[in-house]
Amino acid sequence: MAIEINGTATEAAPRPGQCLRTFLREQGNFGVKKGCDGGDCGACTVHVDGTPVHSCIYPAVRAEGHSVTTIEGLSSGGELHPVQQQFVENQGFQCGFCTAGMMMTAATFDDEQKANLPRSLKGNLCRCTGYRSIADAVCGSHTHAPDAGAAAQSGAAVSSGPEVKNTGQLGDDVPAPAGRAVVTGTARYTLDVPAEQLPGLLHLKLLRSPHAHARIVSIDTTAALRVPGVVAVFTHEDAPARLFSTAQHELYTDDPDDTRVLDSVMRFIGQRVAAVVAESVGAAEAGARAIKVEYQLLDAVFSPREALRPGAPAIHGEKNAQTARISRPQNNVVAEVHSELGNVEAGFAAASFIHENTYQTQRVQHVAMETHCSIAWLEPSGKPGEERLVVRSSSQVPFLARRTLARVFDLPEDRIRVVAGRVGGGFGGKQEVLTEDLVAMAALKLRRPVQVEFTRNEQFTATTTRHPFTIKVKAGTTRDGHLTALQLDVVTNTGAYGNHAPGVMFHGCGESLAVYKCANKKVDAQAVYTNTVPAGAFRGYGLSQMIFAIESAVDELAVGIGMDPLEFRLKNMVRPGDDMLSTNPEPEEDVFYGSYGLDQCVALVRDALERGAQRYRDAGLDHLGPEWATGVGSALSMIDTVPPRGHFAHTRLRLLPDGTFDAAVGTAEFGNGTTTVHAQLAATALSTTASKVAVRQSDTDLVEHDTGAFGSAGTVVAGQATLLAAQELALRIRSVAAAFAVVPAADCVLEDGAVRCGPRVLALAEVYDAAQQQGVELAAEGRWGGTPRSVAFNVHGFRVAVNTGTGELRILQSVQAADAGVVVNPRQCRGQVEGGIAQALGVALYEEVRVNDAGRVTTDILRQYHIPSFADVPRSEVYFAKTNDQMGPLGAKSMSESPFNPVAPALANAIRNATGARFAELPIARDKIYLALKDAAAPTQLVRI
Amino acid sequence: MNTIESVVATTDPGQWRDGDAWLAGGTVLFSYGSPVGSEEPLKRLLDLGQAGWQSVTVSDSGVELAATCTVAELYALPVSDAVAGRNWPGLDVFRPCCDSFVASFKVWNMSTVGGNVCTSLPAGPMISLCAGLDATATILGRHGSSRTVPVAEFVTGDGKNSLAPGELLRSIQLPASALSARVAFRRLSLSNLGRSGVLLIGRLDADGSLVLTVTAATKRPVQLRFAAAQVLDAGQLAAAVERSIPPELYHDDIHGLPEWRRDMTVRLAEEIRMELLDPAGHGGPFTVSGDFWPPHATSQQPSTQPAFRDTAKQKEA
Repeated sequence: MAIEINGTATEAAPRPGQCLRTFLREQGNFGVKKGCDGGDCGACTVHVDGTPVHSCIYPAVRAEGHSVTTIEGLSSGGELHPVQQQFVENQGFQCGFCTAGMMMTAATFDDEQKANLPRSLKGNLCRCTGYRSIADAVCGSHTHAPDAGAAAQSGAAVSSGPEVKNTGQLGDDVPAPAGRAVVTGTARYTLDVPAEQLPGLLHLKLLRSPHAHARIVSIDTTAALRVPGVVAVFTHEDAPARLFSTAQHELYTDDPDDTRVLDSVMRFIGQRVAAVVAESVGAAEAGARAIKVEYQLLDAVFSPREALRPGAPAIHGEKNAQTARISRPQNNVVAEVHSELGNVEAGFAAASFIHENTYQTQRVQHVAMETHCSIAWLEPSGKPGEERLVVRSSSQVPFLARRTLARVFDLPEDRIRVVAGRVGGGFGGKQEVLTEDLVAMAALKLRRPVQVEFTRNEQFTATTTRHPFTIKVKAGTTRDGHLTALQLDVVTNTGAYGNHAPGVMFHGCGESLAVYKCANKKVDAQAVYTNTVPAGAFRGYGLSQMIFAIESAVDELAVGIGMDPLEFRLKNMVRPGDDMLSTNPEPEEDVFYGSYGLDQCVALVRDALERGAQRYRDAGLDHLGPEWATGVGSALSMIDTVPPRGHFAHTRLRLLPDGTFDAAVGTAEFGNGTTTVHAQLAATALSTTASKVAVRQSDTDLVEHDTGAFGSAGTVVAGQATLLAAQELALRIRSVAAAFAVVPAADCVLEDGAVRCGPRVLALAEVYDAAQQQGVELAAEGRWGGTPRSVAFNVHGFRVAVNTGTGELRILQSVQAADAGVVVNPRQCRGQVEGGIAQALGVALYEEVRVNDAGRVTTDILRQYHIPSFADVPRSEVYFAKTNDQMGPLGAKSMSESPFNPVAPALANAIRNATGARFAELPIARDKIYLALKDAAAPTQLVRI
Repeated sequence: MNTIESVVATTDPGQWRDGDAWLAGGTVLFSYGSPVGSEEPLKRLLDLGQAGWQSVTVSDSGVELAATCTVAELYALPVSDAVAGRNWPGLDVFRPCCDSFVASFKVWNMSTVGGNVCTSLPAGPMISLCAGLDATATILGRHGSSRTVPVAEFVTGDGKNSLAPGELLRSIQLPASALSARVAFRRLSLSNLGRSGVLLIGRLDADGSLVLTVTAATKRPVQLRFAAAQVLDAGQLAAAVERSIPPELYHDDIHGLPEWRRDMTVRLAEEIRMELLDPAGHGGPFTVSGDFWPPHATSQQPSTQPAFRDTAKQKEA
């Protein structure tokens, strides 16, 4: 019995044991996404005879004789289904990887289900949006300003209400160009490549280490090679000897060279032992199972405390400190900083109140909906007889990945092309080379296309996490609320490899400290190896961990002297003219107050919280019952708008014969919305609309170089390059038009689609022809090096209620004010803020990658690692400060990582205000809240200092 | 699942051999797949999909659920014609139990009552329901034999049960006596609509005896029974919980610390005692604590809920 897919009976029959998702994708239905393999995320939702099911846990054989509808079949005859239309109109997506499943689910809703989205959408996870735009899309309603009074405040409340103009330039809610492709399931992510384009595609699976620390004595691959379908097995004997770092930075020397493609020493459970390449995933898995490995077990350490103990096994002890750039390999210390500005002893002596506490942040995972994956193949390079390697990868950094592959495999860069399709979320996790080296090695050797796709389990156990930080804080204040000293002792756990260990440690100790004026600051920080899953880049890049500690401590200081915490912050936070200092007595030479909106952000949050309190009072809800305690809390954060030590971007922009524009940019699109921003920046400079600027990106063939989409650089660095190219092109267009119309260039003005030359109006298509006749190509390039840099700010406030009898926490109000400079696209920027809040709430309340006593990750599926679902995320009020940055393109600043940073401490401070209990460890789960309050209430605990 | 060589449609335990697994809805089997690290990969699926078992059979003796009854079918039962006219207050806990799944309504279309019971996780809500209503499981053996066991005893630990290799759960009988009882339901989770950390079902039987069934908090179901004549105050109830559940029986995983689970078990047990035994509680509405029931109808997102007033009223009531 055939399976009918979108109205057409398919000839193919599923394999026994195959799930419906892989079967549908094999038939070319790439709109069906793999998010979790486990029925948890809903990205693979399809209809079987009209009933929505998760196709990843649906036995494909059960679909025989039934009719399956995928996202490709939801619309008919080019007409979008109403749900698709609503997702486009409300932009109910960012990366778009969850969107098809979201819509296939929502398309089945009746009114009752729409009225209860927390329940109806609990089987659909989104990591980007924070669900607000999804709610609007499902219900087909635009959101209005959160509060009628809010718009009258100094900063404008974000609104996508009916009065929005849509001229397609700076400041407009220009829709994402990929909208239609995303909602129809036709946007092509990394592995959405039709089989006919990659004949002979092979699949790679990894055998991973069962031991936390071991040396491989021998590997026997004979049985694996006998498995039908297995083509090759790669071990450390086949891998390049070159050490590198999976972390990707403009300067590769920023990270230690401590990693091999395949190593003979295992340093964490889950490390690559061998790679099996086969005709099918199943054969590759069978091959991996058949490999016999003999290990010599080594002593392992799982915490920085153990790793720093004298005599602890040195995880990278055989490496040379200088050449590998490891601070002290014998002591497991990758990087360290020790600094003192002023004299903290004297500062504490002058304090009338001192707070001391140890704060601990946990391992968390990015959970981008698209797992790490890549495909490599060889193609003619263009030179006779020469081939080059092509890698299609889910990457935030295609150009840096190319550099790394060139270095590891000793190839010239022009023999490698790295390209990213649409990327299904990143959050820092894809600022690494975690799969590209494997498929490159296999494709170079086998001369066939090779693909690897990580499972969700592999994401949790063997990719990267946020760095756990242990932060000892000692902070002092005078009675009138002036900080006298700040002392920090920081230990970060980088896991088995040092990718991003130095950068995260240094960055963490940067802006978190620099935002406060304090003459005496002391920092001792170390990044430490342990035999656990490696930590890497994660949204916030160290700042979120440090800000959790410092903003909690600042709150305690304020409470300690009886001052309102926001008042305390206003007294101590930097103002324009103040040096921004952390671990160096001199300020960073290229960081300036390009604009300053921190004071506005504090005021916006304070006012919004007061309005919220009034709302509850007016509604008679200020007392919630005998067991409910309520409180408010807030936190602030600062971030440099560009990463240090160079961040480069290049844009090529040209006029096309039809009068529209083509922009080639390097930076990647993974839901951050930079494509729209680039189109808007170019459109503004070219006096046209964003829809007339087509942006192509993430391909090393397109432009010279781009450092990549990390450090919130998509707008302020890459966008600057695009703006410069557009401004240059505008000049050239006017000059060609002036020559053609024989008027001074000064009299030529660009208008939408045309140039007004005095009385005459030339269509851009005519200008294009004129340029052809003049022998001129109307194209321009823009380059930007990421310096000078500015600072951006975020302030978050919460009102919470805590049930002291159960530990249940309810968020009554969530407010964030952001200083993003001139907001290029308010709807998108709001989405970035909302998404950052949601991700941070997960980290603050639930998420934790747990590692057991043997070093094994135990939270290896989404059911054990709860990321916020629709029901968990409150609707936040989002406000923007009104500033205009001198450094950023058209006054804009970065706003992608930073909304995440102040959320966890603001929540901890609100809980402290409600209950009197200080939570110094994340996550602050309900069970821990309950137990802490119970302890605090116990008589023995009443004697507190 | 890449190790499966064949799918065999059968309901005969005699066909079972090593490397086989019974396939009901498939939602658990397929979600764990066949990871490379697994020792003994599965080779065949014995497919119950064509068993043709009547999902729900209602009679004067109670409700019989086939193992292959889907959660969606179970959710529909309390408002279906099949039970129309039955005075079975026990039906009130069916839907809260379904909503205790962390899995969504879409998964309910495939996942089965039997599958959830046989997976035997502490938070398995079908275990909560069946144990709470003193249900009995009928199990088919490999040589044509058949045995019955109370569901509360069927599950023996976290992911453990009394099935021998090849044995097949055929059906579950929910007795009319339990369905006729007044019931109470309490549940707490670490996240909104999240996995159950503590789930208690209380039942006041016709003879006046009180049955408390603890699941999710404990590694396996625990039942406390109090005779009608027994005077039961809050202190005695708490002491009985302490006696019945040793500390090591509380489940310890990311969904709740054992100490929290213990205190919440005592707390929810007392709430149930008050609801079912306190004279003031008689005739009151069927209430469910926690954040998820009855479904919020007014807003998409919880922080904008004006639901506190309702909650407060419920507490007063």
